[in-house]
Formats: sequence, C-alpha cells, structure tokens
Amino acid sequence: MPAKDKVSLKINTLWCKGCGICVFICPKEVLEIENEKVYIKDLDNCIKCGQCEYHCPDYAIYLEEEK
Amino acid sequence: MPSELINNYFRTETLPHIWCPGCGNGIVTRAIVKAIDNLNIPKDDVCIVSGIGCSSRAAGYLDFNTLHTTHGRALAFATGVKLANPKLHVIVITGDGDASAIGGNHLIHSARRNIDITTVVFNNSIYGMTGGQYSPTTPMGDKATTAPYGSIDPNFDLCELANAAGATYVARGTVYAVNILEKVIQEGISNKGFSFIEAIATCPTYYGRKNKKGSAVDMIKFLKEHGVMYTAWQKMSEDEKIGKFPIGKLYTKERKEYTEQYQMLIDSLGKESNQ
Repeated sequence: MPAKDKVSLKINTLWCKGCGICVFICPKEVLEIENEKVYIKDLDNCIKCGQCEYHCPDYAIYLEEEK
Repeated sequence: MPSELINNYFRTETLPHIWCPGCGNGIVTRAIVKAIDNLNIPKDDVCIVSGIGCSSRAAGYLDFNTLHTTHGRALAFATGVKLANPKLHVIVITGDGDASAIGGNHLIHSARRNIDITTVVFNNSIYGMTGGQYSPTTPMGDKATTAPYGSIDPNFDLCELANAAGATYVARGTVYAVNILEKVIQEGISNKGFSFIEAIATCPTYYGRKNKKGSAVDMIKFLKEHGVMYTAWQKMSEDEKIGKFPIGKLYTKERKEYTEQYQMLIDSLGKESNQ
C-alpha cells in the first residue's frame, strides 16, 4: 500500500450511476451526489481510507497511486 | 481510466455493466477479484463459471477463463472443468435462485462430493433478471411479483444447507462488510474442497421496491445493522438473534477431496493393468 500522500481520489463519471453508496460509506463526508453523479465536495477531509472504492458497485470511484 | 485492479482483471471494454444503480453484484464481483489478486493467482489458472441470472452476468465482465452456462448448471459444468484440469482454481458465480432452486440438486451433490470448487452465491433474495419473482431465499412473508400478498414459503438458510450437505468451508459476507467478504472468499479459494460463500447483496430495483426497503443506501444500512460477526453471534441469546444473521467464517471440516480421490482411483487401476 503506497503512502497516503502519494494517492489521489479519482472519479469516472461515465460509469457512476449515482446510487449514493459511496456518500453513505465515506466516514468524512467528502462526497456528494449532484445531477445523479458523485462529486468531491471536500477533498481536504479525505483520509484516503478507500472505503468508497471497496463499496462502489460500478468501479467509478477509486484511489490511484500518483506517478 | 479505471483503477489498476479493474484494469487488470476486467474486460473493461464491456463496462459499465448492466446492473441497476445500487445493485450489490458489482461489489461482490470486485471482492472476488480482490481475493484472487491477494492470493497472487495467475489469471490463466482461474476459471470462473456462472449460470443464469443477474449475478451470472459477472463472468462476461471478468478477464479470466470464463464459462457462462445454462440456468442452474454452473456447478455441473464446473465439476467437468475441475475434473478435466484439477490444477485450475474453479470459482462458481451464481445467484440465489440459480444455486438453490434450479441448481439446488447440483449444489448439494457438489458439497457432498467435496469437489475443490469455490462457490460464491450472490444472494439478493429475488429473481431480478426475470422481473422479481420470489426465490428460495426470499424471507417468508416478503413480497414478490409472484407473491403479491407475501410469500408463504419458508426460506432456505443456504449456509446451513451447504454445511449439512458436506461443504468443507462455509461462510457468509455482505456488501456492507466487504473486507470480511473478501477475506472469506480468499479462505474459500485456499480451502482444498468445496467452499461455499453466501454474499448477501442488495436488489433495490425489485426486492427493495416490492418490500419498501428504501434506497440502495437504506438496504446497505440494514446489512450493517443486522449482520453480526459469528464470534459475537455465538455469545448472543436466542432473543437477541431474532432478525439478525451471522457473518464471517461459519463452518469448516476435514473431508477427502473429490478430484484427489478420482486420481487415486485412476492410479490404482493403472497399477493393476501394468501387472
């Protein structure tokens, strides 16, 4: 697992179906749904725990290692 | 660009998948892939076999050896694959109706034989693809297209069924407790014998709507509040257990594995003919 400052939160809006599971799962209220798609409301709060990635049924949100 | 895990193990040109918004099937499929990735099993050494239903569409999205078979018969095809090439890690992806109604027969006999196959049942308590008919796991009293006043059929506990039939690894996970689901799938794949994993998934479109369970998020909340780790479950009183269900590793046992027995039989006959 790379260091937390070396990963960033990514969203693939084309795959997002707006179910809102990530918004519920996120422990830091980072995400919100707008116009049936997820968007990052408060990136500073993100602790990069990856819970959104584990629970997204559509693989539309994930942490990516910065290169 | 999808994540590295999805890129490595999915046929990304087939994504996004056809499952409804909030359907738990995508979460379970990812957990299976993550379990395989954690075990560092090469893709060519895995064969995913599925039957028919929403869940069974998963085989088409995955970039392993895959076999999308007929309704209920995934385990029959998987038995053939495993006997033809016992070195393969054969993983069956099936739904509650596919595994326990149409394929109920194959399920109990695969467990009885203790053949080295890992079966992951995506249990969403309903037949989603065909329009919300009740399945053997629809809780008694719950509604479905074919049970508009509530089902009077007592529902199966699939883990108890698999355990009684002889499965050597039996576990349950939910799409809320994904880390546990991933862990039990990993243990199931590592178990030499028939492993049965019930993954409780959400169907907000049919089961949820018919039974006023709310949104996908409400259904995930329900799983969070009602799934209890097996270690805690064992300490609970009968009254406390009402309405709840245990998750995690439930049963393990030691039994002879089927393909090994088959090979021993072949070897013994070979010796006889050489004499």
